[in-house]
Amino acid sequence: MLHLLAVWLGDRPWSVALHESRYAYSILESVHVWTLCIFLGMAILLDLRLLGWVLTDVPVSSIIRRLLPWSVVGFVIMVITGLLLAFAIPVRTYHSVFFRAKLIMLVLAGLNAWYFHSRTQSGMSAWDTNYFPPRAARAAGAISLALWLGIVVAGRMIAYNWFDCDRQPQPSVVNWAAGCVLEEPTE
Amino acid sequence: MDLLPFFQWCEASPIGEAIRESRWLFPVIESVHLLGLVVIAASVLVVDMRLFGVGLRDEPVARLARNMQPWLIVSLVVMLTTGTLLFLSEAIKCYYSPAFWIKISCLGVVIIYTFTIRQHVVMSSEARLRPETSKMVAVVSVLLWAGVGWGGRWIGFGG
Repeated sequence: MLHLLAVWLGDRPWSVALHESRYAYSILESVHVWTLCIFLGMAILLDLRLLGWVLTDVPVSSIIRRLLPWSVVGFVIMVITGLLLAFAIPVRTYHSVFFRAKLIMLVLAGLNAWYFHSRTQSGMSAWDTNYFPPRAARAAGAISLALWLGIVVAGRMIAYNWFDCDRQPQPSVVNWAAGCVLEEPTE
Repeated sequence: MDLLPFFQWCEASPIGEAIRESRWLFPVIESVHLLGLVVIAASVLVVDMRLFGVGLRDEPVARLARNMQPWLIVSLVVMLTTGTLLFLSEAIKCYYSPAFWIKISCLGVVIIYTFTIRQHVVMSSEARLRPETSKMVAVVSVLLWAGVGWGGRWIGFGG
């Protein structure tokens, strides 16, 4: 189903134009990296603050109020440029194990952020200025850091074709993870 | 002065050769380079934003900068180390890449700028600083770093 959607997207003139454009794809990549600096730069400051590693004399609430709006702006631009980058090469991206790993980690990072902001943060007034926030907050910071580290690395690895479906034979676990549709079964 | 022999020597170095011959080394070093980028971006941006008058406005600039200084220095060392390794593996490509020269020029300027002019402004008492001066210092810093990042990304596009 999604494979067919990817094939259909790849046939759109816009997708072909992006893919073949000399500059558009490169500019999108550059903007994606720039906004990575804004979005993740601000986001890791909160994570590291929750861990008690940085800006320990700044209240957590201050970081959330003053820096997260910037992070959100960066995130929106990242998502838009990221979607366009995927749209430029939809079939290969859809079958990339790194892209799939990245999406899973993005969902987990979203859940972690949602849990922190909806639950853990509600009791923040009690530990706002603490050097070390409580365990739940530290855990949220650590999980977020680990996931984003993985997301950045996985994102960069999409460029490598080691596990691409058109490079057979691959171990069956790779073909399963990448959802490769094989013409003929390999030994 | 012709620098090409030096770049050829870098390309032929055992380290450069080892990275080229390995399937994993380049991507792994590059990933560390990217993670370093996130940390250096955080350390630079949070101070430049404050200088510009946004972000952590309740914090004194000097204290914020002192807080971030170790992160800036460690991430800069990581970036320079991994960057040098990546460069050694494709020095000749870099020699012919305008993007590389833009990157390296911006990098040289921004490192000197950060530890002289910007450092001076950040550490001086805020009462004596005109807001326009602070803003200008922040904008120049962000633009120079953006040039470093842009150049770096475009080396990969063969630009």
